[in-house]
Amino acid sequence: MIKAKQIVKKFESGTNVLFAVNHVDLIVPKGQFITITGRSGSGKSTLLYQLGLLDKPTSGDIELAGRDVINMSEDERTFYRLSKLGYVFQDYAILPSLTALENVLLPLLMLGLPDADARRMATDAMVRVGLEDKLINYPSQLSGGQQQRVAIARAIAHDPEILFADEPTANLDTETSDMILELFLKLHKEGQTIVMVTHEKDYAEKADRIIELADGKIVRDETLRRN
Amino acid sequence: MDKLASYFKRPAGRIQSYKIGFFLALRDIKKANKWTTLLIIAVMVLTFLNMIVLNGILVGLIEGSITAHKERMAGDVVISTLTDKTDITKSQEIINFIESLKEVKAYTPRYTESGKLTANYERRTKETDHVDKSGGTVYGIDLEKENEVTGISKYLAEGEFIGPDDHDKVVLGANLLSKYLDIESPELQVLRNVETGSKIKITVAGITKEVTVKGVIKSKVDFDQGIIMLDSDLKKIANRSNNNVNSIILRLNDGVSPEYIKSLLLNQGYAEYARIQTFEEALPKFLLDLKMTFSLLGNLIGTIGIAVAAITIFIIIFVNAITRRKYIGIMKGIGVRKEAIELSYIFQSLFYAVVGIILGSLIVFLLLQPYFFSHPINFPFSDGILVATPVGTIIRAIILLVATLIAGYIPARIVVKQNTLDAILGR
Repeated sequence: MIKAKQIVKKFESGTNVLFAVNHVDLIVPKGQFITITGRSGSGKSTLLYQLGLLDKPTSGDIELAGRDVINMSEDERTFYRLSKLGYVFQDYAILPSLTALENVLLPLLMLGLPDADARRMATDAMVRVGLEDKLINYPSQLSGGQQQRVAIARAIAHDPEILFADEPTANLDTETSDMILELFLKLHKEGQTIVMVTHEKDYAEKADRIIELADGKIVRDETLRRN
Repeated sequence: MDKLASYFKRPAGRIQSYKIGFFLALRDIKKANKWTTLLIIAVMVLTFLNMIVLNGILVGLIEGSITAHKERMAGDVVISTLTDKTDITKSQEIINFIESLKEVKAYTPRYTESGKLTANYERRTKETDHVDKSGGTVYGIDLEKENEVTGISKYLAEGEFIGPDDHDKVVLGANLLSKYLDIESPELQVLRNVETGSKIKITVAGITKEVTVKGVIKSKVDFDQGIIMLDSDLKKIANRSNNNVNSIILRLNDGVSPEYIKSLLLNQGYAEYARIQTFEEALPKFLLDLKMTFSLLGNLIGTIGIAVAAITIFIIIFVNAITRRKYIGIMKGIGVRKEAIELSYIFQSLFYAVVGIILGSLIVFLLLQPYFFSHPINFPFSDGILVATPVGTIIRAIILLVATLIAGYIPARIVVKQNTLDAILGR
């Protein structure tokens, strides 16, 4: 579960103050698939970074899976991201010097899992995203959609509490985007909590709940379906 | 899930960081551009060679001279005349004692006098015509004993060495002849047009005698500035009636400490009659000064080499890290510890340094050192070799590794400590 209370993220430049996230309250129950949508510059990605511990809000409180994460040290935040959260970034963000399997393996090894267990879990994740035949391929040998699926496999390999995705279909064609969305829906069906930022209305409305931001504020919070 | 939960309770500690750092470094090296890798390794090899070879040759020039001095001139222990005496009194007693020492492999007594040479006097038609003059130490030697200790007769530049019946014949040091000392200076007193068979006049203790040049010696030790003749001849010219010599040179058996033999001689009370020194103590001070100066120069050049290598590594790692800033951000974003990322760059730097050091060492020990040993550099006062000791090489390797480690760590640290989100978003 995510509990965010009065989250503010502001950027100051001289006398100008820009509220990227403006006093946002949000509760996401465990297992829910929510999408955060809005126009460009509405603050949707900024809110995701605050919730996903990639950035610290200017003010406000965030609780993830019952733990106050605002006052964590840098090392604690890093370990929390490693062990409890999963990320899918907009432009695949997989490491070019590692094979597909090694990209998935990396966070598992960082967790301290024995090699054999880590390898098994990474392979399982690759099977879940349908890339069991691409284990030893390097990113340069994969299509954009395949690279994004590797990124998803990396994000889910350690069975995270929450999966964050920032515009995961932004750089993909329609067919591949549909495939990625189907993958998210499948993960959701398996009980995965997902927070996904997207500016595509069709995809946003496939989630359980849709949050729309404008100028850093929630202007729409609609539950589309219940689990 | 339970098993997984137990893993998650473990801290992602330092060991994991080392493991991941090594894993990432290995993959980066594997995927790196081969030409870039070769270039970096070449820089490291050249830096290492710069540290070892330049220093080694500079020191080797002096080491060669010191070795030559020991082998061809001064032996292991030097017994010489006290500064306030004209010769070693009780020379025979000392020689008798030396002969009783089983640790002494060989010894040679030498008579020495200051001598003046005159050449080309036969061509003069007037008293004011130019006469070639020179001078140096005249060594009166026991042929057999001298050759046992120094083997000096092997270093002939021309002619032959004197034999036991070669009275009134001398061997000249090459530096007394203009044909071997290629320096044009009116102040320099050298003999022109003198070669094997030439007649010259030698003046010792006010007595002048005509002698024939039987050979010319080029040994790169003090003999090259001297005149060598039979000990009996020198005694006769210098009118020395007793058997007191001016120096006794000792060659010891392998493994015998010169200090030990010196102490035996001192215990006999011979310090009252002669100056007793080990080879090191008797070394000319200029050689020690030169050795120190050359070593300093070598270290200075080596230090500049290290600085260049460190800056090169710094730039390479910095450019590498900057161009991979986004990926560094992503790794931090997914929870890879900063230490692991920094270590990956440190391991990469160390890889380049280690490969450079190994290749450099192979070049030094398998190629350059044997080459310089069989083809020494012809230096005026020594045969220059490449001195590269294992200990010195290891010390320089460690210095290079530490410099590389620092040069790899700093840029990695600069890039890794940047804000994670800024790195991911390329801000």
